[in-house]
Amino acid sequence: MELLQKVHARNIVEWAKDKPEVVVYSADLTSSCEADLFRDRYPDRFFSMGLTEQNMLSMAGGMAREGYTPYIHTFAVFIYRRALDQIAMSVAYPNLPVRMIGFLPGILTPGGASHQAIEDVAVMRSLPNMTVLETGDATDVETILDAAQAVDGPVYIRMLRGEIPRLFDKAEPFVLNRARVLSRGTDIALITSGICTEEAMRVTHLLKEKGVSIQHLHVSTLKPFTDPQVLEAVSGVRYGVITMENHTVIGGLGSAVAEVMAENGVGRKLVRMGLKDTFAHGASRQYLMREHGLDALALVGEVEKLLGRSFGIEEGDLLAVRLTAVHSEAKAEAL
Amino acid sequence: MTLSSSSRAARTWQEEAGRVARGIRRRVLEHILRNNGGYMSQACSSAETLAALYTRIMNLGPSQAPMVPLPFPGVPGPGNTGYFTGAAYNGAKRSDLDRFFLSPAHYALVLYAALIETGRMAEAGLAQFNQDGASVEMIGAEHSPGMEVMTGSLGQGLSQALGVALARQRRGDTGRTWVYMSDGEFHEGQTWEAFALMHHYQMDKVGIYVDVNGQCCDGKMESVLELGDLKARLEAFGARVFAVDGHDLDALAAPAALEPDGRPLVVLALTDPARGVEPLRKNAPKLHYLRFKNEDERQLYASILSELG
Repeated sequence: MELLQKVHARNIVEWAKDKPEVVVYSADLTSSCEADLFRDRYPDRFFSMGLTEQNMLSMAGGMAREGYTPYIHTFAVFIYRRALDQIAMSVAYPNLPVRMIGFLPGILTPGGASHQAIEDVAVMRSLPNMTVLETGDATDVETILDAAQAVDGPVYIRMLRGEIPRLFDKAEPFVLNRARVLSRGTDIALITSGICTEEAMRVTHLLKEKGVSIQHLHVSTLKPFTDPQVLEAVSGVRYGVITMENHTVIGGLGSAVAEVMAENGVGRKLVRMGLKDTFAHGASRQYLMREHGLDALALVGEVEKLLGRSFGIEEGDLLAVRLTAVHSEAKAEAL
Repeated sequence: MTLSSSSRAARTWQEEAGRVARGIRRRVLEHILRNNGGYMSQACSSAETLAALYTRIMNLGPSQAPMVPLPFPGVPGPGNTGYFTGAAYNGAKRSDLDRFFLSPAHYALVLYAALIETGRMAEAGLAQFNQDGASVEMIGAEHSPGMEVMTGSLGQGLSQALGVALARQRRGDTGRTWVYMSDGEFHEGQTWEAFALMHHYQMDKVGIYVDVNGQCCDGKMESVLELGDLKARLEAFGARVFAVDGHDLDALAAPAALEPDGRPLVVLALTDPARGVEPLRKNAPKLHYLRFKNEDERQLYASILSELG
């Protein structure tokens, strides 16, 4: 598996070079949120806002009214928790093109509860006019800005930083409201988002060898949530549906899938993997994913429960899986 | 500055502004008498400031909006192509013209009265106030006449105006950006964040008039949460601050005539929350919203209408 560094930092510099309307706002976390290369390249389009998140979100609304597209860069928690009223009234109500780039989604930081955005999808999804996106790999990160920029209204993005894997073919960009179909199958529908997709891919590789047939979707548009591939996936399997997200199980991907299933009368068992209505704490990503049942091994356990079988898969087997960037099944079919 | 046809006979701007201020109080009181309630005290304290802003201080073009406001256009969203804000009542958006943002949106009734007195809205517009389906809302929203952004949640108006001002500064606009605030908004942390930002970016084309009436919803500000020496606090944040008699038109207008010097301008208009409507004083310290207790009281207020010209 290819691992890349500072993907967003390099990408936004190249991407914004012919977009003079794009400006970056940063709240004193410029390097931490990979806006440093943009700052150095386009100093006149970079605005240091200091630790004034409420003011920053309202100002972004004001500047967006004048034809600019502010890209807010800070940790996700400081966007939606610190400035929710400002987002609602200064940005979302007027349906302004402000792009909120939230870093460190879920348990991706040892910074503890104060830094872990575990209910951001739930909060942002409930705001009218808001589009909610999440990146899962380097290809998502490199191609999500085009999709975000095309949205007529505000967009919130759960962004990855630092060293991130390339899971999806570089030639297959992020498409708004369209899941990536990573495997096809009829036993279980597995719907994952963000960093959970990599964990899930380790499991689906092994289970395929064991004869388990899994329909695996990687979802990166959490609102709108009207991709027909989701309904097709949950309708077309025998044993049940599993969702897996780096977020509380309330209001995020699992809830969105539950809404689709209920509204369409899909009578399948649904297992929502995620933080079980709990805050987390400061620890490593691996530790927290194990603690909260968000890793590959936990997924094996949930599949075993749904199927009523045991596969004898151990941690070493999962780590040994060699992941390579995959082509989307859907794209292949479309060709 | 634009003058309505009725005012062309006025000899000086002060006479015209005085007429507008009296008209604001009278229209607001008439409205409250008709509706048995409303934001009277806000008109008492702010009438001269809004009159001075609209007739002297702000460089606005003529209204671009219909004299009688259009109905509520629906909430903004991707599907709403007929959406509008109330900014057009303050003239065209042009690089050399000023912009105006009313932050305490519950002053909307006062703003509507000011628009009527300055010939920017028809009297019929006020009849739509707080009516179902109208854009002339009680707490002004961005589609309401004279409004441009959502400011009902106090403390957000200044920051939104700063976003506009930052864009204008980047473009090199010569027009200024005016914000009208209430002193209660200086309780909000966001307001101080905004002042720190203005200092950092030397936003001297931003001018702020504050209604320092010392009143909060619960009563006198000193009993709710005391602000201390607001002038000193603002100066410490890098603002250029003038504290003036909020009912003295010349004093209100003078700071706006100074050359900008790198600092945002703040005019603290020290006001009397019962100015011109004496019966209101006995409601102190509960002045936020006037509702008549009985017909006698209503008659008492009706009797002073003629004094308001």
